This record gives sequence, C-alpha cells and structure tokens, in this order.
Amino acid sequence: MNDEKQLHWLVRPSTIRKLWIGFSVVLTLVVLAQTVIYVKGYFGFDAWFGFGAIYGFVSCLVMVLIAKLLGLFLKRPLDYYDEPEQIKTSEPSHDKVKENSNGV
Amino acid sequence: MGFEFFSPAFILLIAAVLICLVKGHARTAVILIAPIITLLAIWQIPDGVQSTVKFLTYNIEPVEGSPLRRLFATIFTIMVFVGGLFSFRIARWYELAAAFTYAAGAIGVCFAGDLITMFVYWELMAIFSTIVVWCGGTPDSRAAGIRYAIMHFLGGVILKVGIVGVVLGTGSIKIQPMLATDFSTWMILIGILINAAAPPVSAWLADAYPETTPTGSVFLSAFTTKTAVLALILLFPGEPVLIGIGLFMVMYGIIFALLENDVRRILSYSVVNQVGFMVVAVGIGTEMALNGATAHAFAHIIYKALLFMSAGVVIYRTGKNKCMELGGLFRTMPLTCVCGIIGALAISGFPLTSGFTTKSMISQAAVDGDLVWVYMALTAASAGVFLHAGIKFPWFVFFQKDSGLRPKDAPWNMGLAMIIFASMCILLGVFPETLYALLPYPVDYQPYSIGKVLFYLQLLLFSGLAFFVLLPLMKRTMTISLDTDWLWRRAAFSLVKLIERALSSLGDMVTQQRNRLQKFLQRMAVRYLGQPHTADSQERGVFARSWPVGTTVLWIAGLLSAYVLLYYL
Repeated sequence: MNDEKQLHWLVRPSTIRKLWIGFSVVLTLVVLAQTVIYVKGYFGFDAWFGFGAIYGFVSCLVMVLIAKLLGLFLKRPLDYYDEPEQIKTSEPSHDKVKENSNGV
Repeated sequence: MGFEFFSPAFILLIAAVLICLVKGHARTAVILIAPIITLLAIWQIPDGVQSTVKFLTYNIEPVEGSPLRRLFATIFTIMVFVGGLFSFRIARWYELAAAFTYAAGAIGVCFAGDLITMFVYWELMAIFSTIVVWCGGTPDSRAAGIRYAIMHFLGGVILKVGIVGVVLGTGSIKIQPMLATDFSTWMILIGILINAAAPPVSAWLADAYPETTPTGSVFLSAFTTKTAVLALILLFPGEPVLIGIGLFMVMYGIIFALLENDVRRILSYSVVNQVGFMVVAVGIGTEMALNGATAHAFAHIIYKALLFMSAGVVIYRTGKNKCMELGGLFRTMPLTCVCGIIGALAISGFPLTSGFTTKSMISQAAVDGDLVWVYMALTAASAGVFLHAGIKFPWFVFFQKDSGLRPKDAPWNMGLAMIIFASMCILLGVFPETLYALLPYPVDYQPYSIGKVLFYLQLLLFSGLAFFVLLPLMKRTMTISLDTDWLWRRAAFSLVKLIERALSSLGDMVTQQRNRLQKFLQRMAVRYLGQPHTADSQERGVFARSWPVGTTVLWIAGLLSAYVLLYYL
C-alpha cells in the first residue's frame, strides 16, 4: 500500500482498474443507446445495430496489422541513412593510400 | 485603402525586414502587431480583381478578393500571430524573419489573381520555408533542408512548365477552374500536388518538418500544404483524380504514423493524412465539398499547430523527441498535456471540437455524391486518426510509463499561445456557425444530430478500445521507416557512388596508359637521341653520337654536288 501511496493518483493500479471499469461501462452504454436513439444510415448497412462500434474497432485492427506487416519490411535502424555519409568520410583516406601507391 | 496594387503580404514582408533591424521589445512589438494590421488589411479587400498591371504582354492582377481567399488569408494571419506569440522568446531573429516572409508568401498566394503572381509568391514560400528548416542548426536539419529545397524547387519548375503551357495554349494567365486534360494542366496539377505532399513524394514532409526547431515546425505545419489545398480549390475543383490521391494520402498518413517513434514525425504524417481529407473533398468538387475542404483547412491549421506547439514545448523542455524516451509528463506539464489532448481530440473529430464540425462536412459531401466507398474509407480513416494521433500522441508523450523526466511546464507565452488555439478548437466545435458564415458557398448543414453524434462516439470510442487492446502490438522501436525517399536518399546515392567508382577506375586506367606511353616515348628518345648519363658510352643514340669531322665534310660535299647537279638540270 505504501508503494501505491507514493505513485501519482492517476497511475495507481486501483485507479487504472477503475478507469477500465468506467471506460467499459461507457462503451456498453454507447452501444446500448442505439436501442433508444435512431442512427440515420446513409447507405442502409451503416444504420445496423452497433455498426459504428464494430466498424471502428475492425478498421483500427486492420490498420494496425497492416502497419505491423509493413513494418517488417520498412523499419530500419535510426542511423540507416547515415551509413553512406560514413563511407564518404572514410573514402578520402582510402584514396590517399591509392594515390601514394600510384606515385611509387 | 491602397491595396489595389499591394497585397497584404507586403505588411508581413516589411515586418520581416523590421525583425532583422530592431531588437528587444521593439522586435516583440513588430512580431505581435504586424499580423493584426495584416488581418485588418485582409478584411478591407473587396471581392473581385482590384487592379491590373501591364507586365511585358501580360495583365498581372496582384490582388483579387473573394470569400475563399480571405478565409485562407485570415487563418494564415491568425497562425502568424499565435505562432509569433509562441516563439518570440526562444526563436532566433532570423528564424522569425524567415517564418514571416514564408507566411507573406502564403498570404500572397491567397490573393494572387493570376498564375504569374501566384508562382512568384509560391517560390517565395519555397525559399523561406527552406530557411526555416535550416534553422534547426544540426547537420541533419542541413541535409533535410537541402532535400526539402530540391523537392520544392523541382515542384516549382514543374508548376512553371505547366503555367507556360497554359498561357501559350489559352492566352490567359487568369486563375480559373480547369481539369487535368492535357500536358500543361497535368504539370500544374503535379506542381501543386508536390506541395500538398501527395504520393509518391509525401516523404518530404515527414523528412523536413521534424528536423527544424520546436518553434519552426509550428510555422511549417501551417502554410505549404494548405496553400496547395487553396490552389487546388481555385484551379482543380471536381478533378476526379484527386479523390484517389486524397484517399491514398489519408491511409498513408495513418499507417506511417503508426510505425513512427519520433513525436514530431507522427504529427507530420498526420498532416499528410489530414490534407488527404481536403484533397478528397476538392476531388468531389461540389459546393458542400469545397466548403468542407475550406472549413477543414481552417480548423486543421489551428489544431495541427496546437499539437506541434505541445510537442514543441516537450522537446524544448526535455530535449527529447522519441516516444520511447518520453512518458509520464502529465505530472509536471499539466497545461501542455491538456492542450495537447484538446488538439488530439480536435484532429480526431470528436463531437464538440472543430474537427467534428468541419470533417463531417466532407463525409456529408461524399454521401450527397453517393460515393459509398469514399464515405466508408473516410469513416475508417476518422477512426484511424483517433488511433494514430488522437490517442497515440498524448499517450506516448504524457502517459504510458514514467520516464522519470520532471520538466517544467510551458513558459507563459507558449502556454498562452496554446490556450488561444485550444479555445478556438472548442469554440469552432460548439459554435460552428461562426465559421460556416465565412465559407465561400452558403451553408445548409447541421453538424449535430443526436444519431450522428452517437455513431461517431461509437466509432471513436471503439477505436480507443482497439488502441489499448492492441497496445502490445504498438511497442515503439528505435527505428525509422523506409519511404519513397529511399529512392533518392539511398538508391540514387548508391547509383551516384557507382558512377563515381566507374569514373575513378576509368581515370586509373587512363593514368596507367599514360604512364605506359610516357615510358615508351622515353625509351624511343633514349634509343635515338642518346643517353645523357652515359655520354661516353658506346650505346649513345644514333643522333647523339659524336661523328668524326671527315664524315660531316663528306656529307657536305655530297649535298653541294647534289645542289650543283640540280641547278644545271
């Protein structure tokens, strides 16, 4: 308990648990509200019960997965673009050696 | 009022010169007062072309007013004022002067009545925005600035080619709606789209904006892409190609922002994403869509600048810009945190924020045009915006783990600037009529209906749920993501290296052959002309030997007889 007291009230495990519970209640209410409130669909299917919730969740899931997949191919270390510069700075010395050997 | 010939841009240009000349409080006064005078000037300009100047054989129209142009100029000027307030204490004088000139370019484009005037201001923006990028002062910002300049000057050349083509083809330099049907109009469209960060060159934006100072990126986020949107509205309303390009930008922005670790780069990708919404709207091209694009540009400049300010304060106070190194800052930076969250909610289009009342106009335009797929894609993208900017940005910067950093909150001027923009985000969300009244076409649109609010709440809150459920998948890594800029930063670089290596081996070969030739010539010389070091040796060359006098006399006798013989012949 002592540990918990030292933490900022917002990051205490008990608060986080309460936040999760509160958030879940809000989510449920937002979906259940559709039984009372009429959502006007523009194309028919977007007026289905809970369509917004499912569409929001699924499209986010798909986007995160696509990003994850692309990340496998696209992610590079932070200094990826620095490498050619290093080669460039190390090359003049290399050239000098070459020049010397030419001179000999 | 004297604005028949001089665009209000000149007020900011004069201010930029004054910023260089004066110091201390006088400079602060210039920074804060010049935008207010500019704003007054903008609202003095009546509709229509104000004057015509004969230049060469063209009729230049330096100032043309219309509600659309005034609205863009207004938000640009507000941006200059609040941006100036945000940065005047920490930004160097040359950064502020460059930013003011850059903004003057943007305002000049707003009122340009013809293509030539527009092009001049367009290039002014390119030059001085490059200087703002360079103000970062690091080797990285220098390199990024050069890449940025190359991209924008290339865009300028393409635009110029298009303008020349259109002028030759139609004989008119007037700015009027056109469609991309032939080579010249395509060139104009491409030139503008490069500034809008459209594919395949979207990478320039996320490459350059994060490299400048915390204050510089606030200015950069506002002008270039939004003047491109204005130019698209003026020149290409209803160009169908733009719908596809815009949707690509929307998705590109989300995906790349999800992969990103650098705070300002996340925000840069979401600029591309948001400009994508506007480009789609211009592509739809109805009055509702163009109103939507204009309103969204207005709201976007405010909340995007607010987000960049919030990120800027964090970077200014901590010196860190990676999500992995930040976190838990809400403890000591409550103001920055709250303003950042308001900006994040506004960009996500949460009800009661400016994003909701403006972005939903674009969706409505898609519905009116019966574009099911466009509407569904935009809706999915709205969820994605909440995911990548709405939650990701505040979560990783201000919450997640405790990074142990305890920086001070924003200085008063930065805090005030953020409060002004945060209040505008909410004001435009609660009282959208104030903005709707200024839009170019009459607005018959009711943003709030209880059913729509419920639909968007479901959409956004469940995207929020997705974020926290998928959090393990979103672990930040110390990486950058490859983009099309790989083509010129790596592939082209390697190609140049390859050519350089080929040329140098060619050079080596030439040197080798030259040496061989030299040796050969020397051998020949030695053979026939003698050997200087062995003067008395028997092996002297045939021309270098010392021949006896008798031989010479014999030769002379021979020659003389030949001469006599020839004489008598």
